[in-house]
Amino acid sequence: MFGEYSIGDLGAIFAMQGFAGLILFSVYVLMALGLAIIFGQMGVINMAHGEFMILGAYVTWLTSSYFQTHLPSLFSGYFFVAMILAFIASGALGMLVEWALIRHLYKRPLDTLLATWGLSLILQQTYRSVFGAREVGVELPQWMMGSQQITDSIEVPINGIFVMCLTLLITMAVAYIMYKSRWGRQVRAVVQNRVMAGAVGINTERVDCYTFGLGCGIAGIAGSAFTMIGSTSPTSGQLYIVDTFLVVVFGGAASLVGTIASAFTISQAQSTMEFFMSGSMAKVLTLLAIVGILMLRPQGLFALKVRK
Amino acid sequence: MSDEKKPGLHSPLRRKLLMGMAALPALTMLPRSSFAQAPATSAINTTGLAVTDTEVTVGILHSATGTMAISETGSIQAEKLAIEQINAMGGVLGRKIKVIQEDGASDWPTFAEKAKKLLVNDKVAAIMGCWTSASRKAVLPVMEQYNGMLYYPTFYEGLEQSKNVIYTGQEATQQILAGIDWITKEKGAKSFYFIGSDYIWPRTSNKIARKHIENMLKLKVVGEEYFPLGHTQFNSVINKLKLTKPDVIFTDVVGGSNVAFYKQLKAAGIDLSKQTLLTISVTEDEIDGIGGENIAGAYACMKYFQSLKNENNAKFVADFQKMWGARTVIGDVSQAAYLGPWLWKATVEKAGSFDIDKVAAASPGIEFKGAPEGYVRIHENHHLWSKTRVGKARLDGQFDVVYETADLVQPDPFPKGYQ
Repeated sequence: MFGEYSIGDLGAIFAMQGFAGLILFSVYVLMALGLAIIFGQMGVINMAHGEFMILGAYVTWLTSSYFQTHLPSLFSGYFFVAMILAFIASGALGMLVEWALIRHLYKRPLDTLLATWGLSLILQQTYRSVFGAREVGVELPQWMMGSQQITDSIEVPINGIFVMCLTLLITMAVAYIMYKSRWGRQVRAVVQNRVMAGAVGINTERVDCYTFGLGCGIAGIAGSAFTMIGSTSPTSGQLYIVDTFLVVVFGGAASLVGTIASAFTISQAQSTMEFFMSGSMAKVLTLLAIVGILMLRPQGLFALKVRK
Repeated sequence: MSDEKKPGLHSPLRRKLLMGMAALPALTMLPRSSFAQAPATSAINTTGLAVTDTEVTVGILHSATGTMAISETGSIQAEKLAIEQINAMGGVLGRKIKVIQEDGASDWPTFAEKAKKLLVNDKVAAIMGCWTSASRKAVLPVMEQYNGMLYYPTFYEGLEQSKNVIYTGQEATQQILAGIDWITKEKGAKSFYFIGSDYIWPRTSNKIARKHIENMLKLKVVGEEYFPLGHTQFNSVINKLKLTKPDVIFTDVVGGSNVAFYKQLKAAGIDLSKQTLLTISVTEDEIDGIGGENIAGAYACMKYFQSLKNENNAKFVADFQKMWGARTVIGDVSQAAYLGPWLWKATVEKAGSFDIDKVAAASPGIEFKGAPEGYVRIHENHHLWSKTRVGKARLDGQFDVVYETADLVQPDPFPKGYQ
């Protein structure tokens, strides 16, 4: 396969291919972080995760339209504003949903699956009625498009670098919140023993509400970032939901490290195999490998050891 | 006594009255039918379709909800526009078209069920509808069993022909071959790389394209890749493109993947003004989501572009945007959907009947001179003769038409040597 190419060419391709894998890794982590919090920490199977992401994407689109017409001079920086707004919008919607729907279902985890699936259908149709069935195009500021020339033959896409930095930042923030802050300790306490946590004075209902809101808000940021690389339409969320669950389940539900490790494994496998064979085939093999590993380790790659 | 006399007195009067009443329907019929010049319903509708003296019912069957709503919305809009225009002109055989719209909801069994409902319960005279091949395949047996008439707007892979379907879009050879010939000559292309979504239409289209490139043009296909529907990460295949450096990238990626593909291509620094890319799946509709700046410079192979310059199209675009908003764009399939009601009207008028069998038999040879794409005619095989055009995408999301075939291209749904 490589006989006809020079060493320099091959080197460049492998470098870019490695980078492609890293971008995919960042995308997976960003997709899965919100769900890792909701599913991992709270045990809620949130099928509407993709729709929370798309809300972020639509907020980004609205922000970009607003900046274009009212503040064209600040257009180059609108994306940061859009991400903050996306976080607030998705987070607020998440807290509302938690209050209205999810909190009544904590004792019936499988019912959350159905309820959130219904919610996803409702949200999709709402987007369709409000924004129209057609895709919307989010315009990016000039500096975020194109690629960075590193050597003559190695180029990396700027939006890829952007997603990587964003993912790093958000992962660190989440890790800090969950493992270092007082509030994170409360969350983990509630996860481990709800009754006891309540008994020592933690307001478990408020913790649940904020946790769900945080997870949804991060989904909103992810959706906002993905306007750079994907489509924004009422049903776009469906494109991400399967991969997202795959990453979280494969990593071991309650573990942040597990999510990251599993995103890394899946993305590298996927991107390497895609290079050597057709995209469909690569997906099939990736899924087969995951099924195989989950049969041997049903709890996922990293699981918390809990005394039963 | 007086009781006995009364009937005697009244009976001649009653007889006259009865005679007058019997003549009444005939009296009301006469001036009306001579005014509208419409033939009697009993003569033009012998099979019990929903045709009255003033109305004929037609079904529209598309996905207004679900994934496919993105694409099918334009078709619904075009069909409604055509029907409104036909009604403003006095309808079909003096009957106004009444529309029953059903939602296929992007779900193929639902399409079949709704088609059956339209044919069996509503007794519609024709259905404008379906979009994906999967939905058409689901509806086809229903159309044939209950003898309906379907006007199908999408360009598709061919390999199908039915008495009960008129295909107003292009089949694969009509769409692809002339475009590949042109790009080969224009760009001196020697090698092609195929990238498509993984389902029947891209696979069949690419098969035809490959046979044409390898057997007829004696050129090379250096890669052929398929991605699952909804795939959003194309960085690996973009690296492969950089490695193999094909003269032409030939794509038939659909749906949300389309947007991801072009955004990532642009981000990876592949400049479409230098790298030739020919697509058969991107119309003005898709560019709305992709963004003009991400795809400017790419070539698309279609039969219609919104920017086409002729009188019919100028009027069509103006009417369409008046009805659906000034920013609405019109893609190839929307135009093909617009043809459906017009072709049906012309066929019914030629047949002098709404009966399905007569309409099906009268279809070959039907012309429509007012088509936005220019003159079209129905072939014996129920597909349309139409031109193939190549457009070059502009920054504003429209295309510059850079090539069109001199003559209409014959539809060939079962191409010899390409299977």
